[in-house]
Amino acid sequence: MCTYITEKVAISGSAKGAPGWFTVTDGSVYFDHPVHAPEGHTLNIDFLAPEAGPSARVAVELTAESARALAKAIESVLEQVPPGLA
Amino acid sequence: MSDAFISETISITGHGGDEIEAYSARPVDPGREIGGVVVIHHMPGYDIQTKEITRRFAAEGYNAVMPNLYHRDAPGASPDDAAATARAKGGVPDDRLVGDVSGAVDYLKALPTANGKVGVIGYCSGGRQSFLSAVSLPLDAAVDCYGAFIVGEVPEGFPLKVGPIVDKAPQLSCPLLGLFGAEDKYPSPEHVAELEEALKAAGKTYEFHSYSGAGHSFFSVNRPAYNPEAATDGWEKILAFYGKYLAG
Repeated sequence: MCTYITEKVAISGSAKGAPGWFTVTDGSVYFDHPVHAPEGHTLNIDFLAPEAGPSARVAVELTAESARALAKAIESVLEQVPPGLA
Repeated sequence: MSDAFISETISITGHGGDEIEAYSARPVDPGREIGGVVVIHHMPGYDIQTKEITRRFAAEGYNAVMPNLYHRDAPGASPDDAAATARAKGGVPDDRLVGDVSGAVDYLKALPTANGKVGVIGYCSGGRQSFLSAVSLPLDAAVDCYGAFIVGEVPEGFPLKVGPIVDKAPQLSCPLLGLFGAEDKYPSPEHVAELEEALKAAGKTYEFHSYSGAGHSFFSVNRPAYNPEAATDGWEKILAFYGKYLAG
């Protein structure tokens, strides 16, 4: 099914896509059909710059298991950052 | 008469008079007047797999066209970027869908080889949109491939901006072929049964097939949900159905 389960988040940073590096302002996290990954459904993350148009997008499609591992790794790395840097 | 067909990107007049992109595939010299098929793409968009389906209909002797339902959301963008943009907006509004399908029907009927009969087919979200088209427009045949939310509310929190339309069954303008996976959850066998009851109560002509062992999206050749038994039989059912109702 098309789940449309989505969470949007305001983000600040940069991403590198087909047109090169660009500043991203929005993120979409959703669990739905992938375009490329050989799975029925995947955890998808879009890094977006809506003001630059639909093509300003860096997309990843991850299995649920690897998405959880990624989230854990992100948290783990941020916890190791010395005070005052993040 | 030959088996040659042409496929190309064209522009059609859709909802509100907007010019939108579409993909057309049609026999070059069918040697007779033939029926038309509007192909409604699934949520992942106007992609190469659905273009392949459109070409299959041309190879089978139909004029076929697939409107790019996301054209307005992301003109010129690649299909996956356009799908992401449309998805974030909650999908295609129902009135816009009907207007775009109506434009596709007009395009098919105006072709010099047209016999005046037009069917629709849609997959996934397009299955619901195929039913929506058939209860909104005068058509000759409609195929719903595992369309969710014809019956049943969208679960709370889902940003999909559509509601159930099973109550429109009395307005169905043509015979309906429904192809479903018995293991699917949206639509579940209970949803399919409720739709069937509504069609029966309205005295409509319909033909439903639910494939055991098949889940959602069993026609998708590039996904693990592809089920060759269900998809092969499904194609046979579709061609027999259109052969019956779209013949000249």
